[in-house]
Amino acid sequence: MKSEELASFLQQYFQHQFEKIELMNGSCFIEVSSNNSFELLSNLKNHPQLYFDSLSCLTAIDNGAQAGSMEVIYQLYSIPFHHSLSAKVILPREHPTIDSVESIWKTANWHEREAYDMFGISFNNHPDLRRILMPADWEGFPLRKDYQTQETYRNIKVDYQQP
Amino acid sequence: MILNIGPQHPSTHGVLRLEVISDGEVIKEVVPHIGYLHRCFEKHAENLPFNQIIPFVDRIDYLASMNNEHAYALGVEKMLGIIEQIPRRVEYIRVLVAELNRIASHFIAIGTYGMDIGAFTPFFWVMRDREHILRLLEWASGSRLLYNYIWIGGLFYDIPVGFEEQCQQYIKYLKPKLQELEDILINNKIFIERTANVGVLPLHTAINYGITGPMLRASGLRFDLRKVDAYSIYPELDFHVPIGEGKMGKLGDCWDRTWVRMQEIYQSVSIIEQCVARLTSDLKRDVTFDPQALVPKKIRPAAQDFYCRAENPKGELGFFFRTDGRNDVPVRCKVRGPSFVNLSVLPALAKGVLLADLIAIVGSLDLVMGEVDR
Repeated sequence: MKSEELASFLQQYFQHQFEKIELMNGSCFIEVSSNNSFELLSNLKNHPQLYFDSLSCLTAIDNGAQAGSMEVIYQLYSIPFHHSLSAKVILPREHPTIDSVESIWKTANWHEREAYDMFGISFNNHPDLRRILMPADWEGFPLRKDYQTQETYRNIKVDYQQP
Repeated sequence: MILNIGPQHPSTHGVLRLEVISDGEVIKEVVPHIGYLHRCFEKHAENLPFNQIIPFVDRIDYLASMNNEHAYALGVEKMLGIIEQIPRRVEYIRVLVAELNRIASHFIAIGTYGMDIGAFTPFFWVMRDREHILRLLEWASGSRLLYNYIWIGGLFYDIPVGFEEQCQQYIKYLKPKLQELEDILINNKIFIERTANVGVLPLHTAINYGITGPMLRASGLRFDLRKVDAYSIYPELDFHVPIGEGKMGKLGDCWDRTWVRMQEIYQSVSIIEQCVARLTSDLKRDVTFDPQALVPKKIRPAAQDFYCRAENPKGELGFFFRTDGRNDVPVRCKVRGPSFVNLSVLPALAKGVLLADLIAIVGSLDLVMGEVDR
């Protein structure tokens, strides 16, 4: 389906399940609340006319302390129908938690681990939520806007640039 | 028994640590540990203007830098809205160097895989043939592996005089060598016995795990972003998309993946021939051609979220940009590395196999740790 058809289809059948829908640059974006994100994404995957069987990418964004929010963005793509959708969930910056979609798309397993590692977003029902890129005993969440590198890591000076 | 195939090991896949829990030689569980090559690309990208990120983008998949740059440049150009104005010659040159790099990357995949299995000769043959590609690309861009050549809006330099003829000569030299490579490695009885029916990846699992690229095609799905998304000038080129057929074993085993990569090399050769033919006929160089003509001085896309993807030799390389229209730097630039996603299927593939088969499976995933860790 083209983006316009997709947008109208979603509006028709999933009207109450998401907050906002917009078309920009030929792509369709929806905003979902974190309460029913799992249910909606599961419906998006299993619906016979949408069938988003592939989660291309799961991104997390930190909007900074002033905006007070973080976002998780899912890039969905349907291989048989060749349409794509971007679903955005806005989370509060203190204790950001969201349901894991690992049971829907297994690929989310590592993507969510990376979102946890870099931003500190917790995913409920994730089978194995631990750091993936940083060492296991690293402190802090590197891609947050207010992140300060720790002084030393296991007695090695981390930031070698002179202030 | 807990065995550690540590981050430093001779199977040249880079720094990957595999924690293997095994019962004798049969593997119960594999836990990959990554992050040894994490170079904080995404953090750097938040502080750099779009055009200055290109050398960093090179280093994501350092064996196929042109493809990374191509994907990135396509994404930013689409965001800026200048993608329709890129001159045809620039597009053809981009595809030419990207396909040369695809051949080089598949050469390493096949050669090092042979070496993991124990076949040392094909590795040297492959390196010898790859040297010619690296010299061609050094002639065009200045460096052998990390080119900084495809810029947003054009290219850094035009290809040198005589490049097209050298490409043609290289293709002529390469074709018999590809047949030799196939005979010595792909159709080799020992290689077949080591790799057929090993690490079978069913299609449904592959899609669920987000696998893309030659691994997905080896499981039977004819899905190639160059055909599906039809970006750049690929719609004008004539090439096939090889898929695994389960010739030597089950569909989706390690042999199929290597075979698909081998067939893709043939297809890339055909694409290069077509590009060179166009570049020497109606898109000939002339004195007025400036590859940097459309390179914008200030790159400030409108505020948007944008995900662009392209077919890297390893799979689907995706860039997610969020821009706010007020800065020259992206607010967020996330890289969806194909090897990162392809590696996540390893624990599922390696249950119940022998240790030697694990090495065969890891080799067929064609990992480049630069993409896994970024």
